[in-house]
Amino acid sequence: MFSRDRWLEIFETIKKNKLRTFLSGFTVALGILIFVVLFGFGNGLRNTFEKFFKDDALNTIWLNPSRTSKPYMGYEANRRIEFDNDDMEDIQKRFDFYIEGMTPRITFSGNVGYKLESNNYTVRGVGPSHQKNEMTIMMKGRFLNGLDIENKERNVVIGRLVEQDLFKGEDGIGKFISGGGRSWKVVGVFQDDGGDNEERIIYAPYTTVQLIRKNTDKVDQIVISYKPEIGYAGAVAFENQLKKYMKQKKFIDPTDGRGIRVRSASSDLKENDQFASVLQYIISFVGIGTLLAGIIGISNIMVFVVKERTKELGIRKAIGATPKSIIGMILHEAIFITTISGYFGLLTGIALLNFIGDKLEEEYYITNPSIDISTGIAATILLIAFGAFAGYLPAKRAAQIKPIEALRDE
Amino acid sequence: MIKIKDLHKSYKMGSNSLHVLKGINFDVEEGELVAIMGSSGSGKSTLLNILGMLDLLDSGTYELDGVPIKDLDETKAANYRNKFLGFVFQSFNLINYKTALENVTLPLYYQGLKRKDREETALKYLDDVGLKEWATHLPSELSGGQKQRVAIARAMASKPKVLLADEPTGALDSKTSKEVMALIQQINKSGKTILIVTHEEDIAKMCSRIVRLKDGVIMEDKKNKMKSAI
Repeated sequence: MFSRDRWLEIFETIKKNKLRTFLSGFTVALGILIFVVLFGFGNGLRNTFEKFFKDDALNTIWLNPSRTSKPYMGYEANRRIEFDNDDMEDIQKRFDFYIEGMTPRITFSGNVGYKLESNNYTVRGVGPSHQKNEMTIMMKGRFLNGLDIENKERNVVIGRLVEQDLFKGEDGIGKFISGGGRSWKVVGVFQDDGGDNEERIIYAPYTTVQLIRKNTDKVDQIVISYKPEIGYAGAVAFENQLKKYMKQKKFIDPTDGRGIRVRSASSDLKENDQFASVLQYIISFVGIGTLLAGIIGISNIMVFVVKERTKELGIRKAIGATPKSIIGMILHEAIFITTISGYFGLLTGIALLNFIGDKLEEEYYITNPSIDISTGIAATILLIAFGAFAGYLPAKRAAQIKPIEALRDE
Repeated sequence: MIKIKDLHKSYKMGSNSLHVLKGINFDVEEGELVAIMGSSGSGKSTLLNILGMLDLLDSGTYELDGVPIKDLDETKAANYRNKFLGFVFQSFNLINYKTALENVTLPLYYQGLKRKDREETALKYLDDVGLKEWATHLPSELSGGQKQRVAIARAMASKPKVLLADEPTGALDSKTSKEVMALIQQINKSGKTILIVTHEEDIAKMCSRIVRLKDGVIMEDKKNKMKSAI
């Protein structure tokens, strides 16, 4: 079937019908090119999305107190819920199995100074495990440790920009800064990828903060990191049990949506996953749509090509071409053209995506647009197959037409 | 060479059936040059198409060179056409994007000849019709008479048993017509059986036998003293 003569015959036909060849080749190449580029852009969007949302510490749960919205057990609605150190101890006892680390967070803002420099900074009273939750990176010195908490030391860890502001290039480690009428020793400097605001924060031991605040035992927020090995289902179960337990402990109506807010990276993650899968659907839809348009395009052209050649096919039949050789010739030619141009479109598309690279990241949120090579090849093969199929039907019909009818077609 | 018995053919035109050939009995001996005449609608082209296996008969028998032509599917018909028949059409029917030489090689391609043999053979036949110098020209660069001569070369290249010509001079002026007819007579002299459908009396006179059709039956079938074309 694929003899040298057939090839020569096809090359001759292609050479002498340049417009026709160009049209069908162009349709396929364009179809594949657009498919590759759009699909690549879709993947680029998804890459950006993953970069944005999937970079947090995943095994973290935030407990925030708020006001109740329903009366319960003699308590009125709109009661303000507060957390204290006992709550943390109870949680630790009750859920020891799940918990990897826990820290309170007491946030306030205060004026802090060194020599002549002073400024307003966010101060957080936290425990040692906070470092992990915020993914705080130590540049020098150390983070707060257990002894700081136990002895209520006046040690602080300051952000990179705090050191820059106050010490003007001097090394801050071991120096004393003033705040709230007391002096505090700088034991560490950190950096954070979260941006400038995250580097203008001062961490102090929460026990020290509580001591200064009239020896209170209140905390603003409880941050818990659970053991990653409990998995997503374990995390959801832990979260629900924790919420239930705390509501019970604080006498909050179990049906009250407020009172205690629980936020977790795992529920965020689930939402993000849903969003990502919607994005994936859109990408697939666009891809399939483009391919479909390409398939319709090549089908149209094949029908047109066969129609245009009806008379030629009639002549060929009159001088002895069998229907099989007619169909074979048309398919051979169609597959040859679509394969070459499909491959060309695929290469051009991939080259274009490579060329774009990260140029669109800043403004259009498209990071590293790329396409799985196997997806590209599968799409090309699909288009070739449909092009051949679309050529086969009219070719078969043309081959079955009596030559006398084909020749009458002037 | 050709034996036809009681041939019937009708076409369906909507709900009506048009009976075109109503029992044709007709034999052709080897080496004859037969003109099939008749006014339009007489069935002469239908007869030629059936002889050329371009169309199917409804009833009757058809034998070509001792081979009964029946149960034709398209593949079988194509093989018979390639083996037995050469066609010449009124509108030449050359493939317009192929050169004269390529057009002549085409039937040889379908006969499965090697490329070199095809070209040699085709060139020889082009030479026979006097167009060797025009081998590399496209049909659009040839005159009507030249095109018809290419078509004749193409028909002859496959060494057919019978040459069928449907109004071969219908699209040509009288001078060119005579030249083409001279070529046909020359081919006939070499022993080839030729059937020509025509409605022109002068053309018919240049044949060795004239068959007249009217309303689907043979009115007259007589030998003719062949008049030389030139």
